[in-house]
Amino acid sequence: MPDTEHTRLSRRAWLAAASGTAASGIVMTRWDALKAEPPPVPPPQQVAPSASDPTRVPGRFVSELGTRAPDEQPRRLLRTVALSSSSRTPLQDLQGTITPSDLHFERHHAGVPDIAAEEHEVLVHGMVERPMVFRMADLRRYPQTSRICFIECSGNGGGAYNRSRMPTAISPQQLDGLLSTSEWTGVMLSTILREVGVRPGASWILAEGRDAAVMSRSVPLDKAMDDSMLAYGQNGEAIRPEQGYPVRLLLPGWEGNAQVKWLRRIEVSDRPTMTRDETSRYTDPLKDGTSRIFSFVMDAKSLITFPSYPYVLPERGWWEIEGLAWTGRGRITRVEVSTDGGRSWSDAVLQPPVLSKSTVRFRHLWNWNGRETVILSRATDETGYVQPTVQQLWDVRGEGTAYHHNHQRAWKVAADGAVTFGLGDLL
Amino acid sequence: MCRSTVGGLLVVCALAACAPEEPLPRAVAGGTPSPQAAVGGGTDWHVALPEHAPGRFGFGTAATEDRVALWDIDVKPDGEGLPPGSGSVAEGQAVYEAHCLQCHGPTGTEGPNDRLVSPGPWEQWPAGRTVGGYWPYATTLYDYTRKAMPQATPGTLSDDDVYAVVAYVLHLGGLVPADAVLDAASLAAVEMPYRDRFVPDDRTGGPEIR
Repeated sequence: MPDTEHTRLSRRAWLAAASGTAASGIVMTRWDALKAEPPPVPPPQQVAPSASDPTRVPGRFVSELGTRAPDEQPRRLLRTVALSSSSRTPLQDLQGTITPSDLHFERHHAGVPDIAAEEHEVLVHGMVERPMVFRMADLRRYPQTSRICFIECSGNGGGAYNRSRMPTAISPQQLDGLLSTSEWTGVMLSTILREVGVRPGASWILAEGRDAAVMSRSVPLDKAMDDSMLAYGQNGEAIRPEQGYPVRLLLPGWEGNAQVKWLRRIEVSDRPTMTRDETSRYTDPLKDGTSRIFSFVMDAKSLITFPSYPYVLPERGWWEIEGLAWTGRGRITRVEVSTDGGRSWSDAVLQPPVLSKSTVRFRHLWNWNGRETVILSRATDETGYVQPTVQQLWDVRGEGTAYHHNHQRAWKVAADGAVTFGLGDLL
Repeated sequence: MCRSTVGGLLVVCALAACAPEEPLPRAVAGGTPSPQAAVGGGTDWHVALPEHAPGRFGFGTAATEDRVALWDIDVKPDGEGLPPGSGSVAEGQAVYEAHCLQCHGPTGTEGPNDRLVSPGPWEQWPAGRTVGGYWPYATTLYDYTRKAMPQATPGTLSDDDVYAVVAYVLHLGGLVPADAVLDAASLAAVEMPYRDRFVPDDRTGGPEIR
């Protein structure tokens, strides 16, 4: 870690270390570790009274809208300020599995449209008995369902695939922040397709958005009939504009791009449309000169979020390694952690709930001996698929492929406690 | 599904994995007995429809043909959905210089946004994912340009202008001659060089890494 990083350590972390919470003999977590300062954040409008003893000063009044504590200000990380851009979820700052809605990652192809729900319509037509238009009030009247699942951009993690450009100073957010988990609420797409009556011979749908790119993707009818949802709720409230307000397509376990936001049209068809984002993009070139198309499913993956860059472990002893695991093929059944560069592996604890097509938090107690090492994790899903090494992906897909980079991630813990991305140390 | 304009391998994919044996499976056919029944062997979520749900709820309104036509502008790989009209390479150059050059460069190779034209030979696959060096269907270029371009004023080009600029970009990529005029029939007939390189997803889960 560069010296400049050492000098920019968070105030809270320093206070924690100085006040003795990092004493030996107890298990320490990421709050006990030091962390490089995140980008400066404007101070919140309301701050607590400056008194040092809250029991001696009356607190603040009730408020219509809550705010985060002044010292808890996680932020998305913007790639660029542009119409086609992305922002990433601060995975290393979160707990449990649910992503706060205002921290859900973004990927837009032509900006976030401003849409009023009361004038929004969803047209369903094509190979159906009854072409229909649904207003949001119509969609909300259908029987409702909720489901917790992850959405991940299939380009997530591509920053740690190129052998010659393997990063070291990269955080979970920077590397894999195009991943978020929410409780989604809406109407099953099968319910709507039942209403319009799918004609025999249909095999695909086209989902189209109401953004300035009119983003559209073809989806096999089997998926549409299985567990797809027209989602208008997210974590207990209306879906956020950045996530597709007032309604998006939800395809649990599939790549994020196909889960069209700001949904305005579904056309039932007997073939894919071959849109720009399912041909020239979101296809995966392979080493034999072919390119994989309609590679929807996100294979099993895991990532240690603590310790990770830019944390610094202030001392040896007991630390709890934690991270996230997920698979688009169902449930995560096992996560293993290695603290010796992959020579030996131990089963991590899967923290409930362990839900299908959702992120799962895993934990592993580790007694760090203070010597340099590399830690890594690997997930197994209910199909028996084990998260591959990067070498395995290179072998089968080539080093020039794109998308679906679900290989094992690693972190190097230096003797001074500094943590950096460590995959390069294993090659 | 068996259309020659759709890659042969994709036909296999659609028939094997996508064409439903029963047009209305599961909840649609009323096959799930109760809202408490788990789907897919899990218990994480439940289908929404109980057994006594009606065949149709009657919510929503019928879509007229005009209403459908207003939004049904997507173009299929066999050319279905292409509008009447036409445009020439020469006309397309004017459209390109007025609306596209700023982001894609004088010859489609300079950027700053996506490169449209490959700088080199086949060996550079996927060659920056340019139109001529990667895109499997020429119809996609019409579909995307009409919907999403120009980035600052999407949806403003006339159908003829879209034909023209598509012709020009295809010409820059060496795919149509300088005197080409494209319409629905001739655009759908443009054969993209790498169409057959696109193969269906063969990942299936299980122990094998693919």
